[in-house]
Amino acid sequence: MGTHAKTHNFAQYFQFTGKAKTWSLLAVVLGLAAIGYGFYSGHAERTFANLLLMAYYFTCVCAAGTFFLALQFVSQSGWSAGLIRVPQAFAKVLPIASIILIAVCAAGLQTHNLYHHWNEEGLSDPNSPNYDALIAGKSAFLNVPFFLTRLVVFLGVYSIFAMVLTKLSNREDLEGGLKNYRKSITYSAIFLVIFGFTTPIWAFDTIMSLEAHWFSTMFGWYNFAAMWVSGMAAVTLTVILLKRNGYISWINESHLHDLGKFMFAFSIFWTYVWFSQFLLIYYANIPEETVYFYKRWEPEYMPWFWLNIVINFLSPLLILMSRGAKRKENTLIFVAILLLCGHWLDYYMMIMPGTVAEHRGFGVIEVGTAVCFVGLFSFLMLTMLSKKPLAPANHPFLEESVNHHI
Amino acid sequence: MSKTKYILGAFADPDEMLLGIDKLQEHNIAIYDVFTPMPIHGIEAKLGIKPSRLPKAAFWFGLTGTCTAFAMIYYMLVFDWPMNIGGKPAFAVPDFVPVLFELTVLFAAFGMVFTFFFKNHLFPGRTPRVMHLRATNDRFIIAINAQEVSDAKKVESLLKDAGAVEVLHNDRKYVSYE
Repeated sequence: MGTHAKTHNFAQYFQFTGKAKTWSLLAVVLGLAAIGYGFYSGHAERTFANLLLMAYYFTCVCAAGTFFLALQFVSQSGWSAGLIRVPQAFAKVLPIASIILIAVCAAGLQTHNLYHHWNEEGLSDPNSPNYDALIAGKSAFLNVPFFLTRLVVFLGVYSIFAMVLTKLSNREDLEGGLKNYRKSITYSAIFLVIFGFTTPIWAFDTIMSLEAHWFSTMFGWYNFAAMWVSGMAAVTLTVILLKRNGYISWINESHLHDLGKFMFAFSIFWTYVWFSQFLLIYYANIPEETVYFYKRWEPEYMPWFWLNIVINFLSPLLILMSRGAKRKENTLIFVAILLLCGHWLDYYMMIMPGTVAEHRGFGVIEVGTAVCFVGLFSFLMLTMLSKKPLAPANHPFLEESVNHHI
Repeated sequence: MSKTKYILGAFADPDEMLLGIDKLQEHNIAIYDVFTPMPIHGIEAKLGIKPSRLPKAAFWFGLTGTCTAFAMIYYMLVFDWPMNIGGKPAFAVPDFVPVLFELTVLFAAFGMVFTFFFKNHLFPGRTPRVMHLRATNDRFIIAINAQEVSDAKKVESLLKDAGAVEVLHNDRKYVSYE
């Protein structure tokens, strides 16, 4: 009530110029220099581990954007209509992110810097000194052609759905009416089913197979939770920064409240899944399972192990619990950045002990790779965002979104 | 001094009721409370009602639950009767977590429900306190404390102007006891 009188410029475009463009491109250049330094200084494996981390993170955030989009259609949500262009921009970057991730995985396999745990000569040959019975048993699933096929098929399918949903939204802008919205619901429902069944396998492949002896059925959902939290943090951050720069005037603190609730709730969900995995392994105490946490309990990883829980569970729990905190831009920006860093650490804890192990580091290569991908994501996402008006003018729920009040 | 305790304006339409609130507020007439059969967005802010303290109560109930659970498990498994379960130490914190979590949720949930019932006088067998019987059905009610207004006629005309379908001058606060 009371917001009816305000007029909004729904045809507004995001102008991608000036500082944002300079800084994101500068970040890419600096990051590329750091990656180059990593290879040049003989840290090929460490650099590859970082590339995998950031490429996976990047793809996950874009996939989370697509998932958010599909979820809004299937649940026929009204509140999000005004900010739907932000996850849509994420979804549009998904094909590019997928190609980068596939390239990193393929190059890692080719140069034996990644996945060498299951990708070495003679691992499944009983006469070889390298023979590994566990890996041999898994080789029907974990072999290079099938691995890459799965990756290409999964990411390809996600990308196709991302593009279809964007195309339907474009048509809606031009034609109006409910036809494209109804079609979006159908495609979203199909996408969600495919996504739900394949993301755990995607996580098993790209991350869990780095330590191929170990397995956990929780791992897929654990990765999904991390993906969704970091995706929501990225959406929240983008929305608030857009608002701060004078765009999307129709987004009010109720929308921020909902985004804050998503970050809060799914941080708890992340902890729930993380702990479910940990508790069962701790309780059963089977050596082939505990080896995973044993590695992460070594002195060089233990502080990070705890920091991971403090940043990704305790901080959002305590900071975002109250209603007021979820409605304040500054608090949300702080928590969103904290969670984005926190889930970088989360992926770091998943990847590093299985790749570089005790030769881990935190320096130019880590920061540089992260900066490179953050810059690349910002550049691509903002470019996509600037191509269409910031409000979906013919979205059936736009009016409801503008008057969103909780 | 009239015997009227409360003046009730009953509206058939929520927008007319909101108009009634505006008119009363323009004339500095204090509104005692508003009763509607459905939630109306933004009405708390309009009436200046403070946010509920129920979430804070929930937090403290939850914390009580966590402490109770911890004390209980600690007494049972560490102090009173330590047992060897899977070779773990008696004070194995990760094993405590599910119980801590469950009792936190249980205490917070029950605590909130009972606080809500207590504050709203909802007990089994208790006649609910209702100022207008159709407030839970199809009428939107503005209640004004008659002792605080000097000119009851003006209130009535303001309510009628805004579109009230009936204006009641009640001698009793609650009608549901009759």
